[in-house]
Amino acid sequence: MSDGAAGGRTLKVVGQRPVRPDGADKVTGRAQFGADFHLPGMLTGRIKRSPHAHAKIVKIDTRAAAALPGVKAIVTGANFVLGEGEDIDHGEGATALLDVAINCMAREKALYAGHAVAAVAATSPEIADEAVRLIEVTYEVLPHVIEVEAAMAPDAPLLHANMFTKGVTPKPDKPSNIAQKIVMGRGDVPGAMAAADVVIEGRYETAAVHQGYIEPHACVASAGADGQATVWCSSQGQFLVRTLTAKILGMPLSDLKVIPAEIGGGFGGKTTVYLEPVALALSKQCGRPVKMVMSRDEVFHASGPTSGAVMEIKLGATSEGRITACDLTLKYQAGAFAGSPVNAACMAALACYDIENIALTGYDVVSNRPKVAAYRAPGAPIAAFAVESAVDDLARKLNMDPLDIRRLNGARDGVKAVYGATFRSVAFLETLEAVKNHPHYTAPLGPNQGRGVACGFWFNIGGESTGAVHIDEDGGATVVSSNPDIGGSRAAMAMMAAETLGLPIERVRATVADTTSIGFSGSTGGSRVTFATGMAVTQAAEKVVADLKRRAAQMWECEVDKVEWRDATAFCLDPSKDVKPLTIAQIAGRAARTGGPITAEVSLNAQGAGPGFAVHICDVEVDPETGRTTVTRYTAAQDVGRAIHPSYVEGQLQGGAAQGIGWALNEEYVYGPDGVLENPSFLDYRMPVASDLPMIDTILIEAAPNPRHPFGAKGVGEAPIVPPLAAVANAVRQAIGKRIYALPLSPPRVLEAIEQG
Amino acid sequence: MARVVSISARVKEMTGGLGAFDVEAASVRRLIAELDARYPGLGAHVEANMAIAIDGEIHQDALSAEIAPNAEIVLIPKLSGG
Repeated sequence: MSDGAAGGRTLKVVGQRPVRPDGADKVTGRAQFGADFHLPGMLTGRIKRSPHAHAKIVKIDTRAAAALPGVKAIVTGANFVLGEGEDIDHGEGATALLDVAINCMAREKALYAGHAVAAVAATSPEIADEAVRLIEVTYEVLPHVIEVEAAMAPDAPLLHANMFTKGVTPKPDKPSNIAQKIVMGRGDVPGAMAAADVVIEGRYETAAVHQGYIEPHACVASAGADGQATVWCSSQGQFLVRTLTAKILGMPLSDLKVIPAEIGGGFGGKTTVYLEPVALALSKQCGRPVKMVMSRDEVFHASGPTSGAVMEIKLGATSEGRITACDLTLKYQAGAFAGSPVNAACMAALACYDIENIALTGYDVVSNRPKVAAYRAPGAPIAAFAVESAVDDLARKLNMDPLDIRRLNGARDGVKAVYGATFRSVAFLETLEAVKNHPHYTAPLGPNQGRGVACGFWFNIGGESTGAVHIDEDGGATVVSSNPDIGGSRAAMAMMAAETLGLPIERVRATVADTTSIGFSGSTGGSRVTFATGMAVTQAAEKVVADLKRRAAQMWECEVDKVEWRDATAFCLDPSKDVKPLTIAQIAGRAARTGGPITAEVSLNAQGAGPGFAVHICDVEVDPETGRTTVTRYTAAQDVGRAIHPSYVEGQLQGGAAQGIGWALNEEYVYGPDGVLENPSFLDYRMPVASDLPMIDTILIEAAPNPRHPFGAKGVGEAPIVPPLAAVANAVRQAIGKRIYALPLSPPRVLEAIEQG
Repeated sequence: MARVVSISARVKEMTGGLGAFDVEAASVRRLIAELDARYPGLGAHVEANMAIAIDGEIHQDALSAEIAPNAEIVLIPKLSGG
């Protein structure tokens, strides 16, 4: 295989499908996840949570709990003494530290049902549970608000008396639940809309959905008498956990070591902390290790879902299908603290298309729900549901093929996205073309069946990363990464290092280091690791190769530019030297005599991540008697730059599609009139399982490798969750002959639409 | 002179309504200093909250990135992900 971004080299490892390095451990139970750590003398931590959606905490009486034999520590909000105003930029965007701290442990108010108000550590789970029961909290229940537009109303119950809407001029003189108003755009939308031959309008709604990782949040924290502490946990960033936990507890970062566990799914939801500062505060109080594991009920009640939203869209177009204007308003739930992904949603919503006149308005709105956390392509799938549904309606109105109208308006090299980037090396049109040529697109449909297509975009990011390559004494290599592996990054890192070193993949092992064993890295998120950390690992491997050549030259007593490195072997090009090639094992075996261990570590801030475009086809069959929708066939295509390990990339596409199908068809947070979540379990919160879905076909488009990456990689983990909501909705639209504007498309909702005619 | 453009309403507030203007700066570091000098607080806002597209390519926290004399600079909100 030859690769443009790899400088025309023939690649031997990159692009192959070696056995995944984490597979055996995961299927045999040997892998150590967050809940698997045990330490001598370890205590069990439990959290007491608010039963009220919104309440003033009048008093917390812990005396009875403290008197219970076996209870060793109790903490409340009073134990977290963080000041206001500090944001942390941990590689995933700034986080308001005070909000994170108060989300871990409430202070004056409980802001959602499930908000932590106290925690205990005890010698057994049973004693910890009893101690939680014995903690008496006196509440003054306050009016609550759950839905986004109700929270925006001027007379809505206020969550934060000090929240004044940002982005509004003049600065408001009254607080509001609208944390921020975002306005973006270009051109003359009213004028273009007035001149349009066709105008399509719609008002769309999506429900809050959870990332649904199988592994709940879990950690063990151990504080030593000397102030040094260690946390073992499952997260998307050990450095992020260190920063947030240490700052919340007022510790220097150097006093806290965070050891990453194997991670059982994150999807963005593990880019913050919930338990770690609490467990460490408990451990500091009693001097013993404390383990905390959320139940599934706690995961749903208190860890981040993504936003539900209300959206209004208006598209203007010519009679030939050229979209000339778009007016889009996005109202996103943020949960109890500011920070919904509405900003990214505004930027991503229309990025698939070249539209001259655009007006985007976004609202970041707090309400009495758990604070939202990132979820693959944060905010983008929601906005794409509105945009791709409207584009589908436009095609239908103009009697155009839905892929043709997208091709006509599609982003290509040289197009300036509304958010500012000018696209280069993108293959959106090629991806559309591949979908149109796929047999799925023209396969016949049966009765009650429909087909939908939709597109999606994600920026992908770079950022700070560190990677190291050590040559073992026997000539193998160990790759050390700074990022937890949530999507196959150990395999990708090992493959890129093997390719650079010339070693077979079986001789390269990759591992993920703790915070004391490698340089800083931003979290695993934003589809950045294969790009940014891969760049660091490749550069480290290149440094190692340079060192190996230098040592060979030293051993041969020739100039280093007379040494060629090929297939993990040094060849001497100096005709005056009668020497045999030196293998990497021979050089490594004599490392002590040529300068010591052969190793390199590279830290960088990677720029130039290439965006990803996805195009999906979905076939559904709707049961007209029950309203149940079954996905009968699904194909996901994506501009991936260059697939380092195609099986993992295909897995990302399939996983994103599966999650998006669940989002479209069944998943939703259901609240009662008391503001309490009514479906906090996998029994009542219906996620798709393998038997619900067909095999998801994939098409990897490698027409535009990323020129900024040594092997052409683009991030692939987020774009595939963007199209499914609209792809499913468009398919249902065709199957029942009627557009449903709200998700999920659950059987009762679809049946109601059918019965209304 | 590099051309600075922003679609952000917040940036327009700080520039008195200007969505585009010219700046003499050879690096992102100099750009931020120049923005602060011209519109007090804008440089700090850009450094803390925004990414910068230089001739179409997005840079985040890249103070040493070079800016060509006639480059187009677009100020955009910082990007993250899941």
